[in-house]
Amino acid sequence: MKRLLPFLITLFGLLAPAVPPAVGVTPSWLADADDLELRGFVDARAGARTGSDPYEKDVSLAETRLQLDLNWFKERAVFKFKGDLVGDAVTDKAEAAAREINLLFSPLDFVDVKLGRQILTWGTGDLLFVNDLFPKDWESFFVGRDSEYLKAPADVLKTSLFFEAVNIDLVYAPVFNGSIFIDGSRLSYWNPNLERLAGRDFILADRERNRFLKDSEFALRLYRNIGSVETAIYGYSGFWKTPEGMDPATADLTYPRLNVWGASARGPFLAGIANIETGYYDSREDRDGGDPLVRNNEIRLLAGFEKELAVNLTGSVQYYLEWMQKYDRYRRTAGLSARDEYRHVVTLRLTRLLLNQNLTLSFFAYYSPTDEDGYLRPSIRYKITDQWAVEGGGNIFFGNADHTFFGQFENNSNLYAGVRRNF
Amino acid sequence: MKNLLWRLILLLAAGTAAPAAGLGTEIPEVAEIIERANLAAYYAGDDYRAEVTMTISDAQGRKRERELVMLRRDLTDGGEQKFYLYFNKPGDVRGMVFMVHKRPGGEDDRWLYLPALDLVRRIAASDKRTSFVGSHFVYEDVSGRGIEEDTHELVETTDSHFLLKSTPRNPAAVEFSSYTLWIDRVTFLPVKAEYYDRQDRLYRRIEAEAVETIQDRPTIVRSRAQDLAGGGETVTEFTGIRYDLGIDDTIFTERYLRRPPAEVRR
Repeated sequence: MKRLLPFLITLFGLLAPAVPPAVGVTPSWLADADDLELRGFVDARAGARTGSDPYEKDVSLAETRLQLDLNWFKERAVFKFKGDLVGDAVTDKAEAAAREINLLFSPLDFVDVKLGRQILTWGTGDLLFVNDLFPKDWESFFVGRDSEYLKAPADVLKTSLFFEAVNIDLVYAPVFNGSIFIDGSRLSYWNPNLERLAGRDFILADRERNRFLKDSEFALRLYRNIGSVETAIYGYSGFWKTPEGMDPATADLTYPRLNVWGASARGPFLAGIANIETGYYDSREDRDGGDPLVRNNEIRLLAGFEKELAVNLTGSVQYYLEWMQKYDRYRRTAGLSARDEYRHVVTLRLTRLLLNQNLTLSFFAYYSPTDEDGYLRPSIRYKITDQWAVEGGGNIFFGNADHTFFGQFENNSNLYAGVRRNF
Repeated sequence: MKNLLWRLILLLAAGTAAPAAGLGTEIPEVAEIIERANLAAYYAGDDYRAEVTMTISDAQGRKRERELVMLRRDLTDGGEQKFYLYFNKPGDVRGMVFMVHKRPGGEDDRWLYLPALDLVRRIAASDKRTSFVGSHFVYEDVSGRGIEEDTHELVETTDSHFLLKSTPRNPAAVEFSSYTLWIDRVTFLPVKAEYYDRQDRLYRRIEAEAVETIQDRPTIVRSRAQDLAGGGETVTEFTGIRYDLGIDDTIFTERYLRRPPAEVRR
């Protein structure tokens, strides 16, 4: 099967774009079936580092991807399958990955259940997350894959209950769904043990949380609208989503236990939309902050404002804070590359639509005045037709120090371009 | 008080319900004409469902298509409304939902749901003269322009139409200096609008090209918006129209952004 995959992707990559738009690739027996829907795209993109990185290849991205999205609508249920076939020239691998395989149904009028692999998002941040503890794929985000891939799938049971007074989402994952973190295989990073940047010479190993029912996660959201304001409170019981701990015996990275409690509000404000969100990160394996190998408790805060500045031009700003608790105890054991007690981050987003909204110019910037580092995401996207789109952009990291959050990725700064055909 | 009087007249007019009421010898006051036109065009039925196909042609004749299902529910006639727009085409926006809680005289609440990210975004109140999904229609053409935002003047009454000239109360907020509106004397549907720019040149035309009676309600089933200055046009066709389905108010909530209701399927 593995041998067949590159062949299949190439075949689809070549054939799908050749089919006339009117026909698409939906077989006629599918198109005729009212309750069955098949869509997808072929996407080819490539990217390269703007400078050289002693620990990584110059090419940061080179892949062809076929996505199939199948929806089967029944009276009280929807079955969904969304999967990708990827031929990746950077890793020299062909892969098949299911992004969504789930069944959505309503056992009672006021209950929705979504069971299976799915993408989950909640919270009010724009590319910043406080109470959204669902898995992310930071590698995809940093190398210029479509923004859809920032969200990694999770295998969960999601139950939603809808009442007059409040709506409730309960998400149960029998096995931990971790984020895809920067492990050195494609992007270089700061290694605190080596006290230098590292990459393919030192690919981080993590100890997976994979015990069924024991390494389980539980996430909760209660929400309701008060007038035009959306309010929510959140709870999470599980683990740090990226490996924020280390086993001193083996040097393996670990996923320490974590609880999070938080709240958010979002609504109209000064002819724009304002949001505020906060969360308390209870790092259960290092509550007193004395363990230098496990991340401390944190208070996180986010506030944002978005407004239309002119016709087809939208701007938004956010302020984000990570406030480490028990900082004194951390400081005593941390080395030279110790973090600050407060990590402040501000973001700016500008989106401009031109040419009948077929051309999108987008700019997103993170800047941390305390870490003195940042990350710029300019992009340009043009829809040539309803089927064809081209896109280009950059992921530019900068910083004064090698060990800060964005600064460590400076050598990974890259430019990318891609073409996509929807069907 | 004046407002109340008009409502009374309206009620009486609705009570007599003869569609030919407008054809009588009496010419209604301009305020009544515009109010009835607003109700006929944007508030017919208590709720409404349609499949909408937009064919957008640019000045070079290149075509793009948008296909969506539109659900609408009125809270009060002439007042608050809720809209739910589910996109089927093009492929890159399939499953996207745009939802509006419209409050005439106040700020609308707007949401966008992006299915690939399971993301519910709140959208800042926008200039309602912005193009709707890249077409030659603007948001106000889709959900209605507040009748109090312009002063209206009856300039002519023909055998079949009332001709109104409407001038914005706040000219700085819009791109036109005035528009002329043709309102059908029988159905009170606005069937043509021509927009003039600040130099008083005609630059934009919207026309209802086909009207059908659906569940006793005269309904626009095809309309065309033309950019007379820059070229290009959009033809919108409405099919599968149904009124008074009993669309539940809960459809217009976050629940159904994340899980489209049966009403968007056939």
